Amino acid sequence: MPLHRLTTLRKAKVALALLTVLLLLFVLTQMDAAWRSRDVADTSDRALARELGLSDLSLFTEARYTRHPSQADYHAPFQDHPAALEHFPSGALLLPVPGAE
Amino acid sequence: MPGASRYRDCDTVLLPAFPDQNEMRTWLERQNYLIDYTLAALLRRKTRNLGLLLVYTLLVFLFASVLLLSQGLRREAATLMQDAPELIVQKLNAGRHDLLPAAWLDTLRGIRGVSAVRGRLWGYYYDPAVKANYTLMVAPERGLTADAIMVGATLARVREVGVGDYLSLRAANGQPLPLKITALLDSTSELLSADLLLLSESAFHQLFQPPADTYTDAVLTVRNPREARTIAGKITLALPASRPILRAEILRTYDALFNWREGIVFLTLGTLLLAFLILAWDKAAGLSAEEKREIGILKAIGWETGDILRMKLWEGTLISLTAFLTGYALAYVQVFYGGARLFAPVLKGWAVLYPEFRLTPAVDLQQLLVLLAVTVLPYIVATLIPGWRAAIADPDAVMRG
Repeated sequence: MPLHRLTTLRKAKVALALLTVLLLLFVLTQMDAAWRSRDVADTSDRALARELGLSDLSLFTEARYTRHPSQADYHAPFQDHPAALEHFPSGALLLPVPGAE
Repeated sequence: MPGASRYRDCDTVLLPAFPDQNEMRTWLERQNYLIDYTLAALLRRKTRNLGLLLVYTLLVFLFASVLLLSQGLRREAATLMQDAPELIVQKLNAGRHDLLPAAWLDTLRGIRGVSAVRGRLWGYYYDPAVKANYTLMVAPERGLTADAIMVGATLARVREVGVGDYLSLRAANGQPLPLKITALLDSTSELLSADLLLLSESAFHQLFQPPADTYTDAVLTVRNPREARTIAGKITLALPASRPILRAEILRTYDALFNWREGIVFLTLGTLLLAFLILAWDKAAGLSAEEKREIGILKAIGWETGDILRMKLWEGTLISLTAFLTGYALAYVQVFYGGARLFAPVLKGWAVLYPEFRLTPAVDLQQLLVLLAVTVLPYIVATLIPGWRAAIADPDAVMRG
């Protein structure tokens, strides 16, 4: 077999091997997702939520209505004082509570 | 032997035993050569194509990260909030959350269908030392003494305190109240307990000095969870100044919250997608004179239109699949193993306390397919169409430009 054919063949094989590895990685992520989400029933965070009756994630701790969106006074048109403009960054990303309309 | 003459000139292919295998091998061999040619053509414009691959991968990475993060958070909230109280009752005063009188607990116990009622004491504390907000909560089940507290892992990290250390909080009367940290909350629950400080009822009273016989809110257990909404209606009738919050509403809040978050980030990423589409369209729709001449030469030396289309298909597939798979894998690792640190500045806002969390992976195949369709298909189409237009033209005209 001529040498140049060997080198050209290798390019396609390398590209296909790379794609196969990437596809395998993709399958691995799906398997990992399935594996890790199998049993989340008895994790410590669920136990804590059960014990303390927690109602919100502590993801946005900057204001009380972003810390506890499910407990916020959604009846009040402005959270801090009348005509108060929303100034907390995460407040700009929060949806008004469903059913408030 | 049928079909053998077709392969006689191909010295790399051994003659197979069956004609079907023959055809298959020829087809595979043909694709190999097409890929070889495509890669050689791509490598001739190395900088341009590598740049494109990089931008493409980054685009998929950003989109997939947002998608996976929002799915992960929504799933985490849905899982954790399954254990939220069935019904929470607040007292409203002038439309705002107010302290609930202890006498309300008896009224709530008297409502049919309610099996247990518990008054809760909790509140917020702004710590000027680190400019952070804490959530303080009385935890009777922990049996804490008057000066003992338990704190969340994030709070301990930011305040640089540990078990045995004292945390001094300023009480409502202005006096400092030293509290000893007896334990840290499990760091695996940071998503729930980042800013949490558990204390005893007496410490809560010393700190905030609320009026006697009042609670922050009440937590209800109902006999039949399906009756929760009816019971909430009864509560509103019995206590008109109350606001019952159902667990279903909490779950709905979180579902909507992350949906919207996803939407707003998508809106921002939309501009990036548009920019990429313009780039891909410009690259693909306007084939350079050099590329057109290349196609003309290929046709002149005997390539069929089908071969050129296959070559272009391989070009689009190799670039877009590599970008998609790499971008997706990187996003998966970033979100589910790296704690989505890339998005921390956005999620954190002005908050000082930000939990270190590890989400349970949640992958929605339908959304994945949408991502694939939005990112991969347009590029393949944008590669194929101009290739096809150049391939059906007269080779002579194409070569002359």
